[in-house]
Amino acid sequence: MTSHSDSMPNAPPSGAARFVRFVFWRIAQAIPVLALVAVGVFFLLELAEGDAVDAYLAGIGSGDAGFAADLRERYGLGDGVGSRFATYIMRLLVLDFGQSVAFSRDVGSVIMERLPNTLLMMVSAIALSASFGVVLGGLAALRRGGPLDAGITFGALVLNAMPGFWLGLLGIILFAVKLRWLPIGGLSTLDADYGPLGSVLDVARHLILPVTTLALTYLALYMRLMRGAMIDVDNSGWVLAARARGLPARNVVLRHIGRPALLPVVTMIGLQSGTLLGGSIVIETVFSIPGLGALAYEAVNQRDLQLLAGILLAGTLLVVIVNIVVDLAYGLLDPRVRLGAGDAQ
Amino acid sequence: MIDRLWNMASCASALLLASTLMMAPSFAQETPSKGGTLVVANDTEPRNLNPAIVASNGVFFIASKIVEPLAEMDYEDGLRPLLAESWKAADDGLSFTLNLRDGVSWSDGNPFTSADVAFSAMNVWKEKQNIGRQIFRNLVAVDTPDDKTAILRFSEPTPGQLIENAMPAVTAVLPAHLLKDENLDEAAYNAAPVGTGPFVFTEHKPGELYRLSRNENYWRDGQPYLDQIVYRVLPDPGAKAAALETGDIHVTAFSAVPLTDMARLDAIDGISVISEGYEGITYNITLDMNHRRKELANPLVRKAIAHAINQEFLVDVVFLGYATAATGPVPPTAKEFYAEDTVRYDFDTAKANELLDEAGYPRDADGKRFSLRLRPAPWFQQTRDTGDYVRQALAEVGIDVEIVTADPGGHIKAVYTDHDYDLAIGSPVWRNDPAISTTILYQGGLDAGIPFANQWGYDSEEMNGIIARGISTLDTAERTEVYKDFQRLAQDDLPIIFLTHFTFITVARDEVKNVSNNPRWATSGWADTWIAK
Repeated sequence: MTSHSDSMPNAPPSGAARFVRFVFWRIAQAIPVLALVAVGVFFLLELAEGDAVDAYLAGIGSGDAGFAADLRERYGLGDGVGSRFATYIMRLLVLDFGQSVAFSRDVGSVIMERLPNTLLMMVSAIALSASFGVVLGGLAALRRGGPLDAGITFGALVLNAMPGFWLGLLGIILFAVKLRWLPIGGLSTLDADYGPLGSVLDVARHLILPVTTLALTYLALYMRLMRGAMIDVDNSGWVLAARARGLPARNVVLRHIGRPALLPVVTMIGLQSGTLLGGSIVIETVFSIPGLGALAYEAVNQRDLQLLAGILLAGTLLVVIVNIVVDLAYGLLDPRVRLGAGDAQ
Repeated sequence: MIDRLWNMASCASALLLASTLMMAPSFAQETPSKGGTLVVANDTEPRNLNPAIVASNGVFFIASKIVEPLAEMDYEDGLRPLLAESWKAADDGLSFTLNLRDGVSWSDGNPFTSADVAFSAMNVWKEKQNIGRQIFRNLVAVDTPDDKTAILRFSEPTPGQLIENAMPAVTAVLPAHLLKDENLDEAAYNAAPVGTGPFVFTEHKPGELYRLSRNENYWRDGQPYLDQIVYRVLPDPGAKAAALETGDIHVTAFSAVPLTDMARLDAIDGISVISEGYEGITYNITLDMNHRRKELANPLVRKAIAHAINQEFLVDVVFLGYATAATGPVPPTAKEFYAEDTVRYDFDTAKANELLDEAGYPRDADGKRFSLRLRPAPWFQQTRDTGDYVRQALAEVGIDVEIVTADPGGHIKAVYTDHDYDLAIGSPVWRNDPAISTTILYQGGLDAGIPFANQWGYDSEEMNGIIARGISTLDTAERTEVYKDFQRLAQDDLPIIFLTHFTFITVARDEVKNVSNNPRWATSGWADTWIAK
């Protein structure tokens, strides 16, 4: 999904048409993936022991045979695997995600009310960790072998080795319980009326701990990538040439080393977009944020086929979209991979 | 007439261990102050919030504040009237007359009448409810001679004691005027119930909170004291403990905070750890045994297993003292029914080895007798930990145990439908009368697929006879004796082993008053709960 050149159509006539064809082609490629995910969800849940009624009975702690039979009939679980699969696929074909049994509501609305929370948290965390990772990785590469490099590398690895929930709980204990600077969880203050601007700031305040926790655990990844890429690029001919031309060091670092070194970082952002919708179950749980990660976990636990299919298909779509964006970003960073680059050279 | 008087408070305190700080619940000596929002930690969002259909503690925790039952449990009087002011079972057991409270209205202003009780009993409790379907299966009609009288009519003699004991959990009364033309399974009511209770359902923000607000028309003058109750969804146990410390929440119930945090929280000024208020909803830990395995069909082996397990170790290490060792299927806090003179199986490894040898399962060259697969119920930390302990304990006597884990849905299917287990750790609930959810763990001849019931393959004529007598004996004293026989036989036959009775813990901030002041506090109405200013 993340490689770019294989999907390129042969040089089409105009820029706009080329772009449309490229996007169309990429979306068409996603269709078999979506179909695979849809079928996979059904059979994976089918393989799991117990159905939605078993999961429900576990939660309420009692029920007789008739009670369970009534529920199975209502959930459409009474039929054989074949006919249930047919119903499920026919529904998906007309984009009907159906009802979530765990929430007794429409799947679309259940997902939509959690999607913004997860996007907000994950996009902020990835942006934060990528930008700090780039800066720190760059610094480490420029001072490689020195104490700064050692300090940054060591610090990032230590953070990477810490489990997120533990880091999160430490943050809660220090900043929310002891110092009382930040809220312990949730996304907004209960029953507070801060006005429109105040509400935005309130949400931001609630996001500080979870986003920082997530960003710290991702930081090492981006830092190491950037550092390695910078050192790699530093050895290329064009850097030597730029230095030989007497260009200012700052210029060389930013334009000739930094820019191409960003490529692997961007690739990683594309890869991580898969985790965007999955969110982070652990961080969502520790910070009581109603997000999609915890929702997907709940859907599996409750054997909620429709909901799980909805979440995974939405996730697949998002990965496809982000990767198209990543492919386009490559072109901005590196002229060699621009759409129809053949014309430009 | 309420003829059952017991002092549960004193009984409960006698059982508590010295390590538990005893907080005598402060019964309103101070004048209650009105107003305020009580914030409670919550971790489940029930898919159906209708307590008349789903009688479960997760539902009651929220819905019992909105929809009221006929009566509630009480430390002093056994039962405290709510929607029914008094009740009387007929001598022949074929009817049960309820005199309903006057001047009660639904929160939408319509009057509460006997028609509501008749509708709830016939169309909901008997037809739809997970527990009521059994208890009310012989209910054939509800007569309503006037607005304030409802007479339940049974086709078979039904003990008044059973109906009384069942009232708190299974008789939530629904508004007939809102529901009689609805499809009860699909009704929007199930997500936003309307009742006669002290609070009114106001909002549900999924993943975030439930909000209930004061019912201005509540029938008890001056109550409720609180303006609002907010249930904040806080899934992480550690985060709940932190939120109690910061004052973001006032109360956690059902041991929602890890037991290991209790001592730390208790030491904090302004926070109390309270182990009362659950006597009517005691959870038990059982070791279930599949008699389809020939080894476990042998009573000698089952008794050997009982002797191999140190219940005190479970109480001290797994439950950190917040439990009591079980002597049978009825917890000692249920003073009315508890039989003290059951057979005990003391922790005695030598005895266990002896019994296993006698049963014909000698140790092989590796010191092993046979192997068993154990499925611990996955939903409590304590059920999983108990499974680990049982594995170790049985290894001592030469029984090799392999732990098999699944998530809740998978566990229910494997144990109760497929019987794909040798041993299982279960957590059945005591619900105030042995006939409600305890005897079903011993009753023979049940279909596969009925959860939290005898799926062990145990079927004893004598036991089935006692269980049948229990639901047909009308005289209260006589019926109570039947259940003492039940406990004695349960321990003689030992089809399953009751290991411990949980003591759930409420942790509350001290400004909250009237906490844990009845035996089902967490699942009661909270009309008298208030916050000191």
